[in-house]
Amino acid sequence: MKYAYYPGCSLTESAREFDVSTRLVMERLGVELVEIPDWTCCGASAAEPVSKLMHYALPARNLAIVEQEMADQGVTDVLAPCSACYLNLLKVDREVVGDRSLHGRVNEVLAASGLHYRGGVRVRHLLDVLKNDVGARIVEQKITDGLQGMRIAPYYGCQILRPYPVFDEPGRPVSMEPFIQAMGGEVHQWDMANRCCGASLMMGHAEVAIRSVADILSDAAGADAIVTVCPLCQMNLEAYQAKARRAGGQGVPVLYLTQLMGLAMGLSDKDMQLSANLTMTPAVRRGIAARAWAEPAPEDGEETGLNA
Amino acid sequence: MNQAVRETWSPALEADRMVLKELREAVGACMQCGTCTASCPNRHAMDITPRAMWRMIQFGMLDEILASRTFWMCSACYMCTLRCPRGLKLTSAMAALKRLAGIEGGRSARKNQAFYAAFMDDVEAHGRVQETSMMQRYFLKARDPMLPLSYVPLGVRMLGKGKVRMPGRGRGGVLRPLFAKAREMEGLS
Repeated sequence: MKYAYYPGCSLTESAREFDVSTRLVMERLGVELVEIPDWTCCGASAAEPVSKLMHYALPARNLAIVEQEMADQGVTDVLAPCSACYLNLLKVDREVVGDRSLHGRVNEVLAASGLHYRGGVRVRHLLDVLKNDVGARIVEQKITDGLQGMRIAPYYGCQILRPYPVFDEPGRPVSMEPFIQAMGGEVHQWDMANRCCGASLMMGHAEVAIRSVADILSDAAGADAIVTVCPLCQMNLEAYQAKARRAGGQGVPVLYLTQLMGLAMGLSDKDMQLSANLTMTPAVRRGIAARAWAEPAPEDGEETGLNA
Repeated sequence: MNQAVRETWSPALEADRMVLKELREAVGACMQCGTCTASCPNRHAMDITPRAMWRMIQFGMLDEILASRTFWMCSACYMCTLRCPRGLKLTSAMAALKRLAGIEGGRSARKNQAFYAAFMDDVEAHGRVQETSMMQRYFLKARDPMLPLSYVPLGVRMLGKGKVRMPGRGRGGVLRPLFAKAREMEGLS
């Protein structure tokens, strides 16, 4: 299994722990990720309100590079771990390819850099690849430090299933559940799994976004942690917990699904860069380690797991 | 057409007309069922419901549309688009409304557009977004001296977690030819 890897800007900036944990976990699962050479920003949710053409041309540039430079290595699928990157890349497939006039205009923009996109690349989200190409049974075989006794709330957010539900049911997504169970954890059943985190409304209209975050955090009551698969969901759910508590929410540790998987596969706190998570205070990490991962102490972390 | 209806039409600029035309095509088939409004997580912060907004586009009520804060409250969660029984691309229509307001200018639009514009400027300059330099651009564009202060506590926490990166050259101006071409084609240069 080999994929063109599109990390996206966030994963090179404040969400490096998502990049690092994704690469390490996928390697353990036998998935080869080849980073797209000279990839550039997809435009996130900022391009469409500014320029319709750039909204399509920015992601199309990256797909054109894959088509022109990676196809001879047998790579036809792009893997994106970030929700916004995934949707923007997917939109090229769904909204540009097949629309002759728009496709022509997007290629006219790309031609300014000597690029051209025909439409031959398949866009996949990390969770899609985990569910359909890897499978929870393979993950289960790699688990050395199970999450017994830990209740996990899977948070899907918006853009991986809306508006194009490719790999899960957008009204009630379940694709993370087999992985939580494979790790020995219990799934926290809740209604906020696909609720919007407020996204970029946190800039400029924070009071609106914080209301969403508070709703999500209060519905997570009873869960030991929330797992996410998007850097913006992660940031909004983690960074504004103090304000969300004042608006009726409650504090919950939040980490990336890949971080949790890595820990359950015996990779260390340090490998998974848990210290980079805003909600992972030393006390939270000790508490979780004592209960679920059953590591005697953080400094002994290297002894456990890997040899099992 | 009687006089009362005629008065709801506003004289529009050429660039406006292009976006308005696109918007009318996008929501022309709206049957006013209100599923979009009922699905919107941010409707509590809107002054006009999404359903009413589509009707106003059908009527071409440009001034009333531009005076609304509704489309700035869209967080692009696509719940309305997913559920629309007519299959209309409503989230894209909200983005087109943001573009329309951006073309029109005005204080409110400049303030609301500041983050998106800062983000795109940073992409144009570096190929990839660099959070520190993007936030600096945002503060400058928003022209609100209190805004940077409100980010100090989060900035300090992120610094402590090693999440703040120094801005660099990035990928340089690799995207500049694309931005220039798109501006030329969209008539926004």
